[in-house]
Formats: sequence, structure tokens, C-alpha cells
Amino acid sequence: MTPADADTFPGLLLEHARSRPDRPAVREKDFGIWQTWSWSQAAREVRALACGLAAMGFRRGDNLAIIGDNRPRLYWAMAAAQCLGGVPVPLYQDAIADEMVYVLDNAEIRFAVVEDQEQVDKLLEVRDRYPGVEHIIYDDPRGLRHYEQDFISSYEEVQGLGRVHDEEHPEFFMGEVEVGRPDDVAIMLYTSGTTGKPKGVCQTHESLIFAARGGCGFDQLGPEDEVLSYLPMAWVGDNLFSYAQALVAGFTINCPESAETVMIDMREIGPTFFFAPPRIFENLLTQVMIRMEDASALKRALFRYFMEVARRCGAEILDRKGGVGAGDRLLYALGELFIYGPLRNVLGMSRIRVAYTAGAAIGPDLFRFYRSIGVNLKQLYGATETCAYVCLQPDGGVKLDTVGKAAPGVEVRIAGNGEVLVRSTAMLKEYYKRPDATAESIDGEGYFHTGDAGFFDKDGHLKIIDRAKDVGQLRGGGMFAPNYIENKLKFFQYIREAVAFGHDRDEVCAFINIDLAAVGNWAERRGLPYSGYVDLAGKPEVYGLIQECVEKVNAELAQDPALSHSQVHRFLVLHKELDPDDDELTRTRKVRRGFIAEKYRVLIDALYAGRQSQRIETQVKFEDGRTGVVKADVQIREARTFAPDQLRKAG
Amino acid sequence: MANGSARHIGDVMLKVDGISLSFGGVKALTDVSFSVREHEILAIIGPNGAGKSSMLNCINGVYHPQQGSITFRGETRTQMRPHQAARQGMARTFQNIALFKGMTVLDNIMTGRNLKMRTNFLLQALYWGPAQREELAHRRKVEEIIDFLQIQHIRKTPVGRLPYGLQKRVELARALAAEPTMLLLDEPMAGMNVEEKQDMCRFVLDVNDEFGTTIILIEHDMGVVMDISDRVVVLDYGKKIGEGTPDEVRANKAVIDAYLGVAH
Repeated sequence: MTPADADTFPGLLLEHARSRPDRPAVREKDFGIWQTWSWSQAAREVRALACGLAAMGFRRGDNLAIIGDNRPRLYWAMAAAQCLGGVPVPLYQDAIADEMVYVLDNAEIRFAVVEDQEQVDKLLEVRDRYPGVEHIIYDDPRGLRHYEQDFISSYEEVQGLGRVHDEEHPEFFMGEVEVGRPDDVAIMLYTSGTTGKPKGVCQTHESLIFAARGGCGFDQLGPEDEVLSYLPMAWVGDNLFSYAQALVAGFTINCPESAETVMIDMREIGPTFFFAPPRIFENLLTQVMIRMEDASALKRALFRYFMEVARRCGAEILDRKGGVGAGDRLLYALGELFIYGPLRNVLGMSRIRVAYTAGAAIGPDLFRFYRSIGVNLKQLYGATETCAYVCLQPDGGVKLDTVGKAAPGVEVRIAGNGEVLVRSTAMLKEYYKRPDATAESIDGEGYFHTGDAGFFDKDGHLKIIDRAKDVGQLRGGGMFAPNYIENKLKFFQYIREAVAFGHDRDEVCAFINIDLAAVGNWAERRGLPYSGYVDLAGKPEVYGLIQECVEKVNAELAQDPALSHSQVHRFLVLHKELDPDDDELTRTRKVRRGFIAEKYRVLIDALYAGRQSQRIETQVKFEDGRTGVVKADVQIREARTFAPDQLRKAG
Repeated sequence: MANGSARHIGDVMLKVDGISLSFGGVKALTDVSFSVREHEILAIIGPNGAGKSSMLNCINGVYHPQQGSITFRGETRTQMRPHQAARQGMARTFQNIALFKGMTVLDNIMTGRNLKMRTNFLLQALYWGPAQREELAHRRKVEEIIDFLQIQHIRKTPVGRLPYGLQKRVELARALAAEPTMLLLDEPMAGMNVEEKQDMCRFVLDVNDEFGTTIILIEHDMGVVMDISDRVVVLDYGKKIGEGTPDEVRANKAVIDAYLGVAH
């Protein structure tokens, strides 16, 4: 047997431990040093924990809650549950206790493996509402010494129990592993739920392994690759890239020291395969740009010159396309020496062969920037229900506004209403305890209804416009795709979030959230004093800056006949940052438009009534859980709109 | 919170007996006595110029009081130097941050290990043999403190580039690097925002709880003092005007008058 034959995750793990026992499986930076566990060590850790869980009463079919940052021990807990035929249920570690109750209750959690005191406290806090947790197992003992509840145990204690159990029942562990079947549920991931309660998406070993094999084959990922595991474990992407693909290809996952050190750790590790949502690529670029503005005049000039060279020919050189002159090639080689290479090094991207982004639209400048400096950034399309595996952009076939072609083994079809339908092995078995939702989303022919609206372009690349249910109509009859407009706005570094309204209205209006770092820096350079977000957001100068952005978007929209009527007529800059803690964004930072429309109804009324400003008081939740009130007079501005013919005249 | 833990408050560790300190004609401290028990958090409060920092400076030997005695772990002394105090297991932080601004966080904390270094500086400079082994052991200890105070992300950052709240935390880290039995904190939360204060409170409590370190702290923020200290000593014009648990002090007439003023 080889890893290529194994058809369950425990099978894959044991196969790596057998065939390449000393190769690194997991690293974690701890006490300033990268600690490494080989495949055989990892397999031993998993075995001890699995036996310990079994000794404590964890049974086949039980669900195991996993809550915390990316820690080797939490990944091993996933594997341990799978070895016993249980189902790991990772939860978002930054969710507040109240949000956890629903998932704990829905998944009937009896066992939870958590990272630290913070998570233990959350579980204790909700005990009156969900008393079902029988065992809490923690990784980091700090601050937990005085917790005397007998249902709280340390990871070591459980492993200790497990080693004893293993000695007494030496056949037990392998017996349990061998009972496991590929069509058993391997993991349950709760969808963030832009509407309604979260649903538990049940993925089998077979579907995840299919997606992982497909992806690894597509990008030739192998045992020598390195990834940084830093995205929430509760998110399907991390499960695919840091768990499923790592076990399929046998590459090494690296867990950062803490959430704050991710970028430092990335520089040290130099991952070869990297995934990040557009937001992270954007933050990195913003940091580079801010630091660049503080550099000496010579460096700034060099940077500007070579970035211009890269813009001209960088992406073509990366794609090995022809048509780049010898002069440009020479300049690009110089740029590589002076700028691009060092820049990639600073970003921790020196060794990247493949980088992906997904989850939201990526700005054209941003996307071009990374590709032009030689980072092979590509886009993919997928969902929790499809193991994040539907479309991938092939090397050399990357386009800005599409998500690529159907991935190997995936059938994609566009329904009559424009909705994207997907059929493949890498698909959910069901929504946990929700046969109604399962029946609704998978049709008779086995196609999963993604809920996204899109179409194929002439080269067979899929282009996603918006959520199918969000695509609305203006009163005049034109199509209104709010996401499309919001994304165009968000492509400006000064705009962090945008919310567009227009369904059943005469025209489009928008809320804007400024980016505090970028606008703050912009303000500092102009000697514009401000005391905080609320103050900065209300400055007339900032309104002027945002107005320029909005009008540029309007000019772009005017060029597209299908969208020209959805230009933004009026906008306002919100007095507070939209925040998942206030339920305005999902945990993956998607705007919850309906909720926001309800919460800020006064502002929307003011926008459409054509008022100049509106007073508003808003409840906010601080990070420590307290609540407060933000009050402000929000200004409203008109934005210039363009008629399509007007542009033509000007052009 | 502080009282909820299983921490056991022990015997008297430091006894300050009838201390008087004057600079020329100015009497900074007049006949001040109090004692600190093992594993306790004691706060010294008082209006500006009440003699709080002078008291701390007497305890660790920066100032030499003209009268009175200080007994630390059974040893009574009238004249002591700061380095002796450090050897006996006292470490402190300062009201105005006293770090090496150009050095990294890691190097700054390493300086706190200075007293624990056994190899001579020549071997250390060569980084050879026992010096290397020793440095690795010290680095491990420092990393534990970095982990404890959650400052991994700034390990290699020069201190001068850090915001004030973090510099304060680094200073605490350096004090902890000496593995003190008694920690003197001079206004650890001054100038911090609410969130930074909360963090610092949590760290002070954690230090006390995890390492059993006895802590004397000077603080202006009454909320902080009342929340985290076991006992409070109140100074005014160099005299002790109150002592007791936070609740007792809060109800003490003399203290209220000193802080809120009296209607004459």
C-alpha cells in the first residue's frame, strides 16, 4: 500500500508514518524555535489521543468540537476523532460564547478539544444553555491550574490515559481504524450563514480526498512542499489545504507562533504553497506601500521605475508568454535583482510556486501587483459544500475577472436563472439533521446549487457576478448586482467595506467603511488631525477622497451597457466599522446586507430622501464583550454619474 | 479575582519599620511602617508627591532613609545598594520606562538575566563552550517570559519603535527575567488606554498567580488598585494615613479626605 491507495484520513496518516516515518509532518514555532514532529511522531500522538478519548467514552459517530488557533495538537485531535469513526467539528475560535451555543447544541457535542483558557471559559459560560459537554480537553495549561471541575482535563492527561488503554487493548486502535469507510463523514463544517442559522456541512473522507488529490495533481504538489497553516480551522479552505492535501501529498504544515506573528513566521518558513483571502494580500500590499513612502528618495524612485517595468511585462514573463522584447526582459531581470526578489523575500514569498486567493473578488491592481513581481497568484472557486473545489485557474491561463476552468473531475453547469450548478465526488453528503436543506440544494440529477450567479466566457472560464439571490432589479428594470458594485468600490485601498442598495429602488446608493490604516496614513501625510475612526470618517476631506473613488467606479460602470444604470447616486461614510461582533459581517467578513439594511434603516431613508445629513445612535459590542453606543451625524454626498454617450464624447 | 485563586498568602516577607527620609529640609517620608506578606499584592497609593516612589526607592536601596529599618526575608539593613537588593531577589520597573531603546525586545529582556550569568564576559564574547550552553538556557527562560507576556510578535523589534503600552510590558518582562521573589512596579499602568490597562492587570495577576511573586505596586488608577490588590497602603505628605483591604481603605475617612479634599 502507498499513500496513493489509502482512502481514509487515518489510513493516509498511518501510511505516511510507515513509508516515510522521519520526514517532517508538522512544525510549530514555540519558545522562539520551530519544533518539528515527523510523520511517525504525529501518528503516535494521534494514537495516544484517540485511545484516550475512547477510554473516556468517545464512541463511533460522536462529534468532537475543536476550538482554537492552528495548533498541531488540534489537527491531531481531528485525526484522532476520525480514527475512532467520530466526526471533528471545528468551530471559529474568535466566535463569542453565545454564537457557539447553537453549533454545540446542534452537533450534540459531548467532547471538546480546545486550545486554552479563553476557550474553556467560553464553554463554561454557556453551560447553563448547553449542559451537554461532558469533557473539555485543553492544550495550553496556562491559567487553568485552579480549575477544579472534574470534566476539564489536559491534553497530556488524556494521552496518558490513552497510552494505558493502548497497552491494555493493543488491538483496539487498528481495529477502529480498519472499520472506517471512505463514505463515512470525515468532518462537519458549519457554514457561516449569511442568512438563517448555520448549517453543518457533512463531508466524507472520499469527497475531501478526491478534492485534495485533484488539487495536488493540478498544481503538482508533493511531499517537499511547505504550507503555513494560519487560517481558521473551521473554514473549509484550511481543512483542504492544511489537512486533506497535507495528508494526500505528504507535505509539511507549519503552525505560526500566534495570530500576530503570522507574517514574521511566513518569512521564516517561506511556504511554497500559499492560500490567503484577498484581504490579506491587500493588507500586505498596504504595508509595503506605507513603508515605501517612508523610504529614501532613491529607493522610491527605483521602486517606481521597476514597478512600472513589472506592470508592463512581469505577468507575461511569469506566464512564459512571448512578445516581450529583449530590452524589457533585461530590465525585468535587473528589477528582479534590485526590487522584486527582495520584496518577495520581505513578504515571505520567495519560495512560492503556487498561491491562491478566493472567498471574495480580488482587485485588479492587487492581483496584477503580485503576479508582476513573480508571485504565481491564481484564483479558485469553491464552497464549503464542494470542499472548496470547483474551479481552478491553470498556470499560464490566469484571468483577472474569472475563477478559471472546472477542476479535474468536476462538472459545472449554468442554470436558466444564471445560477452555477456543480456536480462531482467532492460534494457534501448532507447538511447535518437538515434533510430539507439537503434536498433543496442538491437536485435530482445530483447537481449542487451554489447560489452564485455566473456565466462562462468564450474561453470556458467561469465568471461569478454575485450571489444569485442578491441580484435584484432597479425600479426601472435594470439588473442590480450589489456585490459587483461593492467589490469595485472595495478595490480602492481607502475603502474597506461597502454596502450597496438599489433593489426595488429608482437608483443605487451606498454605505462606505473607510480603511482606517490607509485613510489614516493619507490624513497624516496631509497634516489632517483626527481622534479616531468616527472623527476621521466624518471629515469633509475624507468625503472628497471617497467621492473620487465612487465617481471612478461610476465611470467604469457606465461603460458596461448592462450595468450603467446601477451607478452610485448618493453615498455616506458610516460612523462605525462594520464588525462580525455586531453581526454586520459574517466571520469570514462577508457583508450581511439584509441585517445592515434593517439596522441602519434611518440612514437608508435619509439617502433616498435626499437629505444632507442624518443623526444616528448605534449599539456596539467591544472586544471584551461590553456594549456601548456610538453617536454621530452622518453626512450624505451626491456622486457624479455618467451617461454612456457622455463618456464616448469625452473619449 | 485575586482572592479567588488557590494562592496561599504566607508569612511576612518585607517589613518596613519607622522609615523617615528627607532631602535637605523636605521630608519625603515620615515614620512609615508596614509589612508585606509572601505572595501578596500590595498597592501603595496616594496623591502626587505623597512619597510613593520614594518609598519604593528606599525598599530597593536607591535611597537610604535617615531613620528606620527595612527587613527583607529576615535580614535587617539600614544601608543597602540596589544591586544587593537585586541579588536578594527584588526586581522593579520604573515610572518612566528605563529600557535600552535601540536594542531589541529580546536583548532587553536578556539583560534581565545578567545576575544569573555565571560565565565571564570573555567567554560570553567568544560565545564558546560553557558560555554558549549558558546562553541557550537563559534564552529558553527568556522565551518562556515572552510567551507568558504574549510579546512573540515583537521579539526582534527595537524597543524604541514600540507603542508605550508594549514598552511597559517589555519592562515587566525584563524584571521577570531576573526571576524575582519580589517585584516592585512603579505605576505600571500610567498613560495606558483601557485595553492596555486590562491586559497589564491580567499579566500582574498572572505573574502573582503562576510564579507566586510578591508584588508591591504604585498606582493612580483606583479601579485597578481596588481590583487587583490584596491590601492597600495609603500615603499622604509622606505619612501613612491608612492601610487595609481595598474595601477598608475605600471606607477610610482620612483617605477620602486626602483624595477628595475636605470642606473647611
